[in-house]
Amino acid sequence: MSSAAPLSIFLASEQETARFGEWLAARLRPGDTLLLEGQIGAGKTHLARSLIRARLGRMEDVPSPTFTLVQTYDAGDTEIWHADLYRLSHPDEVTELGLEAAFDTAICLIEWPDRLGSLAPPGAMRLQLSQEGEGRRLLVSGGRADLRAAIMQDWPADA
Amino acid sequence: MQSLTFLGIESSCDDTAAAVVRHVPGAAAQILASVVDGQVALHAPFGGVVPELAARAHAERLDFCVERALAEAGVSLSDLDGIAVTAGPGLIGGVLSGVMCAKGIAAGTGLPLVGVNHLAGHALTPRLTDGLAFPYLMLLVSGGHCQFLRVAGVEDYTRLGGSIDDAPGEAFDKVAKLLGLPQPGGPAVEAAAKTGDARRFALPRPLLDRPGCDMSFSGLKTAVLRTRDRLAADQGGLHLQDRADICAGFQAAVADVLGEKTRRALDLAPVTGFAVAGGVAANSAIRAVLETVCLAKGVPFLAPPLRLCTDNAAMIAWAGIERFRAGARDGMDLMARPRWPLDTTSPALLGFGKKGAKA
Repeated sequence: MSSAAPLSIFLASEQETARFGEWLAARLRPGDTLLLEGQIGAGKTHLARSLIRARLGRMEDVPSPTFTLVQTYDAGDTEIWHADLYRLSHPDEVTELGLEAAFDTAICLIEWPDRLGSLAPPGAMRLQLSQEGEGRRLLVSGGRADLRAAIMQDWPADA
Repeated sequence: MQSLTFLGIESSCDDTAAAVVRHVPGAAAQILASVVDGQVALHAPFGGVVPELAARAHAERLDFCVERALAEAGVSLSDLDGIAVTAGPGLIGGVLSGVMCAKGIAAGTGLPLVGVNHLAGHALTPRLTDGLAFPYLMLLVSGGHCQFLRVAGVEDYTRLGGSIDDAPGEAFDKVAKLLGLPQPGGPAVEAAAKTGDARRFALPRPLLDRPGCDMSFSGLKTAVLRTRDRLAADQGGLHLQDRADICAGFQAAVADVLGEKTRRALDLAPVTGFAVAGGVAANSAIRAVLETVCLAKGVPFLAPPLRLCTDNAAMIAWAGIERFRAGARDGMDLMARPRWPLDTTSPALLGFGKKGAKA
């Protein structure tokens, strides 16, 4: 993970968060993992849902994975794995879910990634969401350097 | 039509279940036994459903569940006409355990095997409990599901709409979490709401202004969060009355949305009745709203008993009987399917407008 200070972006509305998800959707490739952090209601699932729908390019039902733990989507060239690890209690269960293998081959969106422990892929991009007024503060760290650079260019800090 | 006795096996989520159902044509279906071995106790020390344990526990418990169900029903394998098993959707490990168990019994006895969609099990339950004739309207509303289905036949489901984000059961759980109430959130929020004033906080009714039967509950959760934080900032914390009022307001908002969307779904096409299934149907405020809507429309309201609304194997055995009568047979190639929408023809999200990317 990069030691540089995280990029800080203000997403003024739900629509803005969705647009960020859609923007990311076009730029992720197999093997990319996003770690979505934030409290309940911070917008983790909302961001993931926008991203998945944009990448699939079709009206797909994207249920919250809280109950099912993992939802997978066939995105043509790759799979998207949307996981919510809130209900897990031990990193071993991550292996049981098949997530470790998916980290290498799929696009993985992981909510409550703290449950991963040391199994979190070192190259994963960390997205931390928190409520700020009517919008959301997004802190971005880690991940591919070219992707971070693109974010910096298209999503100026506090625009 | 011949009399049929089916064994049903269900293991798609937290519960391991087996049941024996008999149907004699012309008579009401009989649930000879329905065993549900919940994994709640098993998981309690871990604070949630642990999938690794879940798959292993299903595998370990299935044989005993089947044995118990047969014993309680007073039948032996040779009295059965077929085996029905949930083949999805659900946690793959659990579903696989059930499918393997069913295949083993089918191979050993030579009995026919019928794979059942878990959601079809729920959707056909009003026929098991009340013999409801097609076509009817079904609202599946639980922790993981929220959809309106027009059920016109054993294999004929039309999705009229559903939640475009969280299911209401999940929203109840998360609201409970936000307000420091115990899990499962449904009963906790309902109990707190009893002494609350639903009108104190104006919570949104998402998608009520849009046509169609789609619903959204994720924003409601955010609204609860905002209300909580505003109160905490203004007065340094939350009083019990505040919590009760938020719960009452939240519950009323969910009930209003479900009620209004039910009204719209009933307007779409004539039906013989309206049935609600899923854990959320146990909420008496929501149930009252749905009953009122049906009464106004002159449509019979049905809510199967809770033990048959939550996950169970009697509904799987019954759906197996219905599918078997319709000619369905599965072989040893029956697959466990983690994702399996009932209605693959209707667009998943009616009225969802795709937004363009920013850059």
